[in-house]
Amino acid sequence: MALGKVWVFADIDAGKPAPVALELLSKARTLSDTVEAVAFSKDAEAAAAELGAHGAGTLYAATDPAYGEVLLGAPAADALASLVEEHKPDLLLFGMTYDGRDVAGRLAAKLGVPVIANGLDVSDGNGVSVSTSIFGATLNVSTKFDGGAPAIAIIRPKSFAAESSGGAAAKVVPITTPVDEKHRRAKVVDRVADVASGPKLEEAPVVISGGRGLGDPKNFELLEQLAQAIGNAAVGASRAVVDAGWVPYSMQVGQTGKTVKPAVYIAVGISGAMQHTVGMKGAKAIIAINKDENAPIFKLADLGVVGDVLKILPQLVDEVKARKG
Amino acid sequence: MKVVVCVKQIPDPNSTGQLDPQTHFLKREGVEVVMDPGDEFGVEAALQLVEKHGGEVTVVSMGPERGLDAVRKALAMGAAKGILISDEGLRGSDALTTARVLAAAIKREGFDLVITATESTDGYTGVVPQAIAELLDVPAVTFAKSLELDGSTLKVKRQTEAGYDLVEASLPAVLSVTAGVNEPRYPSLKGIMGAKSKPLDRLAPADLDLAGAGAATAGQTITEVAAAPERAAGEVVRDEGDGAKRIADFLVQRKVI
Repeated sequence: MALGKVWVFADIDAGKPAPVALELLSKARTLSDTVEAVAFSKDAEAAAAELGAHGAGTLYAATDPAYGEVLLGAPAADALASLVEEHKPDLLLFGMTYDGRDVAGRLAAKLGVPVIANGLDVSDGNGVSVSTSIFGATLNVSTKFDGGAPAIAIIRPKSFAAESSGGAAAKVVPITTPVDEKHRRAKVVDRVADVASGPKLEEAPVVISGGRGLGDPKNFELLEQLAQAIGNAAVGASRAVVDAGWVPYSMQVGQTGKTVKPAVYIAVGISGAMQHTVGMKGAKAIIAINKDENAPIFKLADLGVVGDVLKILPQLVDEVKARKG
Repeated sequence: MKVVVCVKQIPDPNSTGQLDPQTHFLKREGVEVVMDPGDEFGVEAALQLVEKHGGEVTVVSMGPERGLDAVRKALAMGAAKGILISDEGLRGSDALTTARVLAAAIKREGFDLVITATESTDGYTGVVPQAIAELLDVPAVTFAKSLELDGSTLKVKRQTEAGYDLVEASLPAVLSVTAGVNEPRYPSLKGIMGAKSKPLDRLAPADLDLAGAGAATAGQTITEVAAAPERAAGEVVRDEGDGAKRIADFLVQRKVI
């Protein structure tokens, strides 16, 4: 394998690595024999077993709680810059998470090396290339790094399958770089978790998303009712309604927003703007309900129903309940 | 307080963009262009801050001549001054180069707060705000879903995977705002007329002491562009009262209920 060393930045929440970190480790194993993880979390050591089982031989871990008291981007970029200097990885992979983007963006500027974001695949052959999808996933673009090392790539979640390597727990090597006093200029004073009423958008087997065609923010309740009737379902939204302030940004599916790959995706009153479809066209099956028969979403749908969403949704809730008995 | 907002003129996100088959640069000819819809939230956030706390909004953009439209729109919304950095050598700039140019222009102008969107709606790299912050050596308070300024402390709800973080940052800082953080105003007729007489700086990279910051020094090259495989079309039916039933049947067939 051509790459000497590949690092994966692992977001850790309560000792659990983010799914995207495991996906990236699985991919990294196909690019290099030396795959290592980096994490900034007081609970990082608890993740060593799972990271190791997906291919990380070593886990560089910053467990100083000070990293959790400030915005992670700046101090993590500082620490990573010195680690990169010392260990010289060829490629750094980040998941396209909030912290991942913050750290990778600052690190690229600090090291003066290019960063390619929004990646869907990464390959090595006469240099590292990253595939991205642009213009609403109508074009696939391959971009090659030709700047200095390391190459920094930010990859969208769910681009690869997380596959166990059966490896032993990663060997934990402490990151000892202290958090510089100046980074206390941006403090995290509280962390608030949304109360989740069902499965996470990215993990739900059924995702029901609403758009402008719902007509009014209060009609999102109909989607919630349908999600509850189906059971293992989550509710998402198009950018248009997030921009309009109907629902929070965290519900947005699309290029800006989350990528979902459920067994069934139900697009309700969504026209199918390219910005949206890139986040959902990987679904195994797509159902679209829209009153405009020319809506582009119907080109993607396995089942499209042209009609009034406000009439169909209540009927659908009843139909689903009837079938579940 | 001096607030600098970064804006970008982009191909209309509702049209299908194209890349020049030879250069792999964005085709800008014959394409409708608009101010990135994400940037309207940044401009609005800046205007609300100076309306409440005093100060002035400067809007900065890097891009071709037509980027002027986005700058003018921000001026029409209420920004006091515009800066456009334009140069043929900047075509095809990557995220880092873009950040270098913008950071240099912002530094030249002076700032207490820099506001950006979370990412552009055409390039989507989503790392320019953080890179600008690093180059300016200030905090990057990113993904704000709400914000307020208390004295010189910025209080922000920052979107996270799980919910949000409450972040307090001292100025100067870079702030990136998510869509929906506010309700962007429409430029008034008076605003549009007034925009024409507002100061506008036209800069080239040479003014910023940046040596050839464009494609020539970009550390990445597009090597291949191909049409993405299309999904096979399915069945589209008109609802004749049985639409819901057909969907429920489909859900059963897919074993999700």
